[in-house]
Amino acid sequence: MIHAHGLSRRFGRKRVLDGVDLDLPDTGFLLVTGPNGSGKTTLLRLCAGLLVPTGGSLEIAADRGEIGFLGHDPLVYRGLTALENLELYGRLYRVPERRERSGMLLERFGLWEVRNDRVASYSRGMMQRLSLCRALLHEPRLLLLDEPFNALDTAGAELLQRELAERRGATVVATHDPDRVSRLATARLAFA
Amino acid sequence: MSYAGDVAALLRKDLLLELRAKETIPAMAIFVLAALTIFHFALPSGSSDLAADGLLWIAILFTALLGLSRAFVAEREQGVLDGLVMSPCDRSAIWLAKSLSALTFLVLVEAIALPAFSVFFAPVSMTTVAAVALADVGLCTVGTLLAAMAVASRTRELLLPLLFLPLALPIVVGGVGASVTANGGRYLGFLLVYDLVFAIICWASFEYVVAE
Repeated sequence: MIHAHGLSRRFGRKRVLDGVDLDLPDTGFLLVTGPNGSGKTTLLRLCAGLLVPTGGSLEIAADRGEIGFLGHDPLVYRGLTALENLELYGRLYRVPERRERSGMLLERFGLWEVRNDRVASYSRGMMQRLSLCRALLHEPRLLLLDEPFNALDTAGAELLQRELAERRGATVVATHDPDRVSRLATARLAFA
Repeated sequence: MSYAGDVAALLRKDLLLELRAKETIPAMAIFVLAALTIFHFALPSGSSDLAADGLLWIAILFTALLGLSRAFVAEREQGVLDGLVMSPCDRSAIWLAKSLSALTFLVLVEAIALPAFSVFFAPVSMTTVAAVALADVGLCTVGTLLAAMAVASRTRELLLPLLFLPLALPIVVGGVGASVTANGGRYLGFLLVYDLVFAIICWASFEYVVAE
């Protein structure tokens, strides 16, 4: 799914990633760890197509519509409801039976009761759950999660762990809390 | 069918957000009415209608700029532009929907501004109305592309006017020409050509503006 050789990314004079090699198969689970500022987010944004490498090569065997991404921003409109946000993304990602799929995800992540509330009224944890619904809505072949356990309570974290355990595609998780997913990982990348 | 559906969904989103927030249209309306009021008192009595027509175009231009500066506020403040860019929809659909929403807001505000101008100064001719309509298309298509370019910059409030005003000058020239000359049709034709050329350029370029 992901083939990277000598992958580098520079921002001005600052080299954030330098010569990263990785190979992730279609059903692989890559756990990325490292201190703040080590390049975890940059790696995920490169894989998501939001950045282009400044050195090396990166091949992603998934089209734009087959990648699910959870970053630091929830990527949802605060002025829309949860259902409206998922309806929009479902439309853009050509999700079949998107209403049913949205409803199922909202229910699974405990947001069904607040589905018609505007996201601006959500707590940080609720917004994180909605962002996970958004990232999973189109059943991506490649799922990229940057600090997915942030702001999640114990129940939310367990929901996510269950969801990740049931996944069939490739997954990359960057986290400061590796213990939650370490048993799922088939590969590890530790940044210094 | 899918492209039109994507544009419709994105346009609906922008209209719904504005309907709920009521931020952009009121700001534009207040600005243009305030500008026309000040122009009314600033223009000496006995000034010709030609001067007033010129002031109308100044008001329209800066009202459009105000609306365009707010075009990507939600996407910027909530980081949603990444979500739209990553989706499999054609990225030009994002530009087209945003241009249409900007155009909608501008037309709604002008529905107030043009009658107000008629009260303060002189009745607006059909040629001027046609020129305004054509100018709106040009302002919104070009302005949306430039707003997307400026949105990522820390100096976006400065960058957008710097980029936008030079490209809007031909629109002002065409609009004023259509409003004040006897042969306004020539200037309407110029505005139409401007709209077509720049709409195609902006439609094709948006992909490269939002991709880093």
